Amino acid sequence: MTIKKYMTAAAVAIAAAALAGSALARDFTIASWGGGYQDSQRKNFFKPYGDSKGIRVLEDTYLGGWAQFKAMQETGNRPWDVVQVETSELIRGCEEGLFVKLDWSRIGQKSDFITPAVTECGLGVAVVSQLVGYNPKNTKVQPTSIADFFDLKKIPGKRGLRSDPKGTLEFALMADGVDVMDVYKVMSTKAGLDRAFAKLESIKSSIQWWEAGAQAPEWLVSGDVVMSTAYNGRISKANKDGHGLKMLWQNNILYVDKWAIFKDSANVDAAYGYLKFFTDPKREAAFTNDYTYGQPNKAALNFIKPEVAAELPAGKNIADALDTGREDSVEFWLDNSDEIFERWTAWKAK
Amino acid sequence: MRRADRLRKFRAYGLIAPLFLFLVAFFLVPIGFVLYFSISNPEVVTMLPRVTEALRAWDGQNLPDEATFAALAEDLKLGYADRTLPKVSLRLNYEVSGFRSLLMRTGRKAKRMQAPFREAMIARDARWSDLIYWRTLKGNDSAFTMHYLLQAIDLDLQWDGGIRRAPPEKQVYLDNLQRTLWIALVVALSCIVLGYPVAYMIATAPRRLAKILILLVLLPFWTSLLVRTAAWVIVLQKAGIVNDVLLGLGLVEEPLALIFNRTGVYIAMVHILLPFMILPHYSVMKGIPSDHVRAATSLGATPRAAFLSVYFPQTLPGLAAGCLLVYVIALGFYITPMLIGGGSDQMLAYLIAEYATNTANWGLAGALAILLLACIGVLYPLYQRFAGAGGMKLG
Repeated sequence: MTIKKYMTAAAVAIAAAALAGSALARDFTIASWGGGYQDSQRKNFFKPYGDSKGIRVLEDTYLGGWAQFKAMQETGNRPWDVVQVETSELIRGCEEGLFVKLDWSRIGQKSDFITPAVTECGLGVAVVSQLVGYNPKNTKVQPTSIADFFDLKKIPGKRGLRSDPKGTLEFALMADGVDVMDVYKVMSTKAGLDRAFAKLESIKSSIQWWEAGAQAPEWLVSGDVVMSTAYNGRISKANKDGHGLKMLWQNNILYVDKWAIFKDSANVDAAYGYLKFFTDPKREAAFTNDYTYGQPNKAALNFIKPEVAAELPAGKNIADALDTGREDSVEFWLDNSDEIFERWTAWKAK
Repeated sequence: MRRADRLRKFRAYGLIAPLFLFLVAFFLVPIGFVLYFSISNPEVVTMLPRVTEALRAWDGQNLPDEATFAALAEDLKLGYADRTLPKVSLRLNYEVSGFRSLLMRTGRKAKRMQAPFREAMIARDARWSDLIYWRTLKGNDSAFTMHYLLQAIDLDLQWDGGIRRAPPEKQVYLDNLQRTLWIALVVALSCIVLGYPVAYMIATAPRRLAKILILLVLLPFWTSLLVRTAAWVIVLQKAGIVNDVLLGLGLVEEPLALIFNRTGVYIAMVHILLPFMILPHYSVMKGIPSDHVRAATSLGATPRAAFLSVYFPQTLPGLAAGCLLVYVIALGFYITPMLIGGGSDQMLAYLIAEYATNTANWGLAGALAILLLACIGVLYPLYQRFAGAGGMKLG
């Protein structure tokens, strides 16, 4: 009899917990990339927003990719209200109805923002550039173009590249003389893709692949590579520690992450409130002075220190940059990433 | 009497029940799910049901009839409205690059399309006159598929059920599996060579010294894997400790390439896995009475013969256990080759992680995991045979 009593009690407790879970609204939750980056976001955006509304802002870490979203779709759970995602996940989440189509009247004037920051389901967060970084201490001849990165005669030695076909194949084609606007047109053909792989093949023995963004500046500082592709913010951060690394802006590759709001979120109003709060140019500028990534609000540039602005993916620095938010870029990778990933893996291992 | 027996049995079962339930919930069920994901293929049959039905009677030789086009148009219209179309598009894109954009492009306009659908759809996108897309649809008319499992061993399932080798630029997985097995083997053998003498030394050392030695083995064992891997980066890199010492002593003129290649992966993995070799050996050697070897030598055996015919056979259970542990753990290594290896040193877990987390292609991730599990499944009976009756039993 006692066992039965325990079982009943346990069943009641579980049922009660489940009810409580669904009935009690969770506090407003934002997910971002974690680490020092999110620390800076907390200081400049999350905490001030919570304080201004008198609410608690919870945080979580998004690991990238689609797995966490797939789990949400299959279980129906929505642990987050707002998330910072890359463009490909944004498009997928938008198409599959995971994110809300933004009501821009609740955020601000579309014209206040740079073009890649305004999309159907996402508001730009940060403008990040992947570019060639080098350490003048390691090389006498300094690279002046992306073609030099692929020129072993002119600049011998190891070079770091991101272990990902996305971006790397684009760099190869641009170095081979393809115009930034034609990259995907060329790469859509078999001959064009072969050309990109052939260009990479020409320096393969000197490539050192990086997986995490922090590795590239570490290697530049330690002398393991003479130059490396890297995210501009990482190089600036190393330079704040006095390492004197240089950046080559020609043909850099732009990424604009987006804030997206979950459709079934119980805190949609708080989410819109947060997005509006985030777009304040002074606030965005304060973040950039902390962490050198560009901002979606054009007016933010007025409040950014000039020495920081010189190292930003903005203005003349991105005059010939490749924007990965471009429609042909997004479409190309959504259509071809599965097949190219296999070819890439086979090629890399050879 | 019988009642008491039954009660005792019941109590015994009660005691192992928590462990049993734990194993079921956190071991068997997840493996079942992985197996299920690797053969499950629900997208096309549930999200494009009408065209799937219409294609059953199609022979795959000429372009399908108007009724089939109409069925597809209806499926696309509904799929676009209830937002299932993106999912099935991504699924079909695994097999034919560009299938995603073809379905999405047509889906966006499907609502406004009118008969004749064949002309309307080909006008929207000429790719609909290419048989490959229709054949791929027909090839997915079942809720279960061998597609992922075959892909994991570099085979390509054709639309008509035929099986072919994957084209050379897509042959990724067997090569990777071979490399994974090889790296694990080299690591296990190196661990024997390095670990056996150490275990012997600890087992035969005076108690106080043995305690210190065992602590030296255990200290790194208690340190996180990621920390040890990162430490190896600092030790092995171009301007690292090893190279500084070698350059300083004038032994080499150029810094050695010790990292971002296979050498570095072996060094770090052997270091990380060494305790798994030393500890089982130590526990077995500890139980071997020292008078066995003394008896052998007093009966005239040379030290070498005494070791080979008396001591070594008694350590075989430790050897088998150590090898199995090291080998199996090494097979699943991920973070160490990723941070220390180069492009041709990545192991199977790297690909599994890529598919599981990044693209969320759980079918292929599951199939690769099954492949790895199968390799271990083959090894275990071998081990049992090798270890013999006196060996450590795991099951």
